[in-house]
Amino acid sequence: MLLTFTVNGTAHEVDADPETPLLWVLREKLRLTGTKFGCGIAECGACSVHVDGQLVKSCSVNVAAVVGREVTTIEGLSPNSMHALQRAWIEESVPQCGYCQSGQIMAAASLLERSPNPSDSEIDAAMSGNLCRCGTYGQIRRAIHRAAEISQA
Amino acid sequence: MTIMDKNISRRAVIRTMALAGGGMILGFKVPNAMASVVAPKPWTTPTDGAEINAWLTIDADGTVTIRVPHTEQGQGALTAVSSMIAEELDVPWQSVRAVFADMNRHVNQGEEYVVTTTHGSQLIRQQHPHIMQAGASARERLKEAAARAWGVERSAVVAQQGELKTGDNSASYAAFANAAAEVTLDEEPAIKAYGDWWLLGKELPRLDVPVKVNGSAAFAIDTELDGMVYAAVRNTPVPWGRLVSYDASATDGRPGILGIVEFRAEDGKRGPNHLQDGIAVVADSWYRAKVALDLITFEWDFGAEGEISDATQRAEAERLWDVPGEVSNEAGGDAVGMIAAADPARVVTSEYHRPYETHARMEPINATVHVTDARIDVWSPTQDQSAPIRIIADQLGRDTRDIYVNTVFLGGAFGGNGGGNTAVTRQAAIISDRFRHPAKVIWTREEDINHDKQRPPHYTRLSAALGDDGLPTAMFSRAVWFPFEGADRHGPATADVAIGDSPYLFPNRRHEKHNYNGHIPTATHRGPGVNQNAFIIEQFVDELALKGGWDPLEWRLKMTEGNEPWQRVLTTLREVSGFTTELPQGQGMGIGVAEDHGSVCGACATVSVGRRGDLVVEKIVVVQNSGYLINPLNAREQLTGAVCWELSHALYGGLRLQDGRFVNTNFDSYNLMRIHQAPEVDVHFALSQDGWWGGMGEPGGPPCPAAVANAIYFATGKRIRSTPMLQHDLTPA
Repeated sequence: MLLTFTVNGTAHEVDADPETPLLWVLREKLRLTGTKFGCGIAECGACSVHVDGQLVKSCSVNVAAVVGREVTTIEGLSPNSMHALQRAWIEESVPQCGYCQSGQIMAAASLLERSPNPSDSEIDAAMSGNLCRCGTYGQIRRAIHRAAEISQA
Repeated sequence: MTIMDKNISRRAVIRTMALAGGGMILGFKVPNAMASVVAPKPWTTPTDGAEINAWLTIDADGTVTIRVPHTEQGQGALTAVSSMIAEELDVPWQSVRAVFADMNRHVNQGEEYVVTTTHGSQLIRQQHPHIMQAGASARERLKEAAARAWGVERSAVVAQQGELKTGDNSASYAAFANAAAEVTLDEEPAIKAYGDWWLLGKELPRLDVPVKVNGSAAFAIDTELDGMVYAAVRNTPVPWGRLVSYDASATDGRPGILGIVEFRAEDGKRGPNHLQDGIAVVADSWYRAKVALDLITFEWDFGAEGEISDATQRAEAERLWDVPGEVSNEAGGDAVGMIAAADPARVVTSEYHRPYETHARMEPINATVHVTDARIDVWSPTQDQSAPIRIIADQLGRDTRDIYVNTVFLGGAFGGNGGGNTAVTRQAAIISDRFRHPAKVIWTREEDINHDKQRPPHYTRLSAALGDDGLPTAMFSRAVWFPFEGADRHGPATADVAIGDSPYLFPNRRHEKHNYNGHIPTATHRGPGVNQNAFIIEQFVDELALKGGWDPLEWRLKMTEGNEPWQRVLTTLREVSGFTTELPQGQGMGIGVAEDHGSVCGACATVSVGRRGDLVVEKIVVVQNSGYLINPLNAREQLTGAVCWELSHALYGGLRLQDGRFVNTNFDSYNLMRIHQAPEVDVHFALSQDGWWGGMGEPGGPPCPAAVANAIYFATGKRIRSTPMLQHDLTPA
């Protein structure tokens, strides 16, 4: 079935089974592999993207549900990796293996949209759906605070 | 192996956007820091420079390309290797770029990189001599080439920051790179001594950070090739079970299904990467393959191993606690007899347990293989990039010279990807060979966890008798673990590592172990063995100290007298942590110390426990003695990561075994630490600088579970002798 939706500002017409999770269409059809497969049951957050500005776990959203909508992935978060979060992630040296970090950054971007200068408890609430097996949580927390500073500078 | 082919058609790929990270170098420089670069696909990076030796080339513009034979799994290998070579070569850090070394060359041309595995917290502590030597050798050959051209002795030439100088002569390294490549030295130079460094010892940002904030860093699972076929796999749920039959009729006529491949175990091949019975569904998309796989019904024969559970293992362990085991260490007199004869009021006996744990790296187990008549390409998340060459050569009977590894970033490894720890590379090779298309096999998270090589469970009983001074006079332990096929060790892990070889000065001691013949495949795991057993011994010694009227920290100082690395850690921990046993109920501090991969690491945990038993681990102070270190920034990150790693298992984890297999195989039931549960971690270094080097990637974890459990004891009066700790009622006694 041909499905039409927008990804990172570009309209796409994709031939896919409508029940296919958005994750696999992004990765295999559009080759946007920055969005990762981690668990398939919306428990780890590695597949986090934005749909019409809302944070979703793309492993658990059917592609049919995003028809006509705008999807943003890590590749489209900013031109040239210059989003305040990406700059803060580099300054604070957040990633280790890096596999979960696309999802971490997309979740944090959603948080900063809602709350430009989040408290630690807001960070806890917003980021607890994203697992990091390398244990970079302390750096993630610092980088979110740093990104808030960068955004407001 | 039987194969049912269906129509294969090249999958039309809609490509409306340029590939994110198509092999270009990112020119991004880290602000306010010396910076180098690494490409999203570091195996594709071209170089046109002169090769001084296998480790490095120098371009005409002065760019130094350093070939790293290790994998980057989050521990900083790309940066560490590059910085060690740049230190000796003496070139501006900004002129360095890191690439992954060619494993085909390594395997087939004399293994000139010496070691390609990335494990065991050993890259720096054990390999810095030969890596730094490669940089020093290149530097001296550049000097020799310049000396010959200028008619002076090599000793008169200075090589510094990419420039060669003597008298009025000066030139860039690049000018003499080709000549240096022809130089043979009479004697290889010595490497620099600690303290003579200009680059090492500084906080050097990791080279791979920039490509990991925009989705461009290429992991094995990200490999997408034209014409690729995808496979989802069902492996025998109980390891080494037999597939009796299966019914795939429900998959007939489903769109995109290309075939079903049956895998069979072969007699006598029970290694970690050998095939077990299973089925792969091959399709034009992974999700189509996975949905079809779920429609297949299976009949398996698990034999008696399908009856094994946590309860049966516990019964076996308790039986073996009363059976003499193999003696792993014995000193002094008859410790067992002394404990038996002692006043029961002066004897402490305790039983501890750690369950199975799994690596659960965030990148699920996967492999991509592309087989053609001319060559084979592989993308594999393995800690030894040379391993897939040998595995595929074995599986397909192909020449290793025709097999090429495209070294990718690893989405975590933690000891679980040690050179082919699962059959996934063989599965991908078989499928690609049969279908003659690039084949990507991805295991679901449930397959990943159930079929990983697990960390073995431990059951340990310990006894000690105390003397008049409250210190132990005799110590006895009997440990039972459940490694695959009764293995004696996995790397440094044994049934009683950190217990049998504990450095505490027990005047009379005897330690025994049983290697139970377990059916679950097991392997190394970040901090192997010590992560489990430090939880045991470091709580038991707190029990002994308190029973004998000693402060736990003073007890440890007394019992390690003369042991400089431990004394240094303990005295520093006392200074920086503010450890005290005098907190009000509901609050507690606890300590633990462990020796792992050559380092001694101490931890002090601060916890609070509410009236309903709700635990908060507020802070972990870590004191690390690795002898030396080369990058404090990366060292802190590794230690912090290792703390979270092991507290994940100790507080939340624990695989549950039932009917011969694991029942909690995804992140809804195998629970790991999340951000709101992560303690503040405060890292300190107390370095002996005494000629020995310890590891950095693993030692941060082992002291932490006991530190937390000891803190819980002071907060609640409850002694938590098994994990996951949160399964216990922590309501203050």
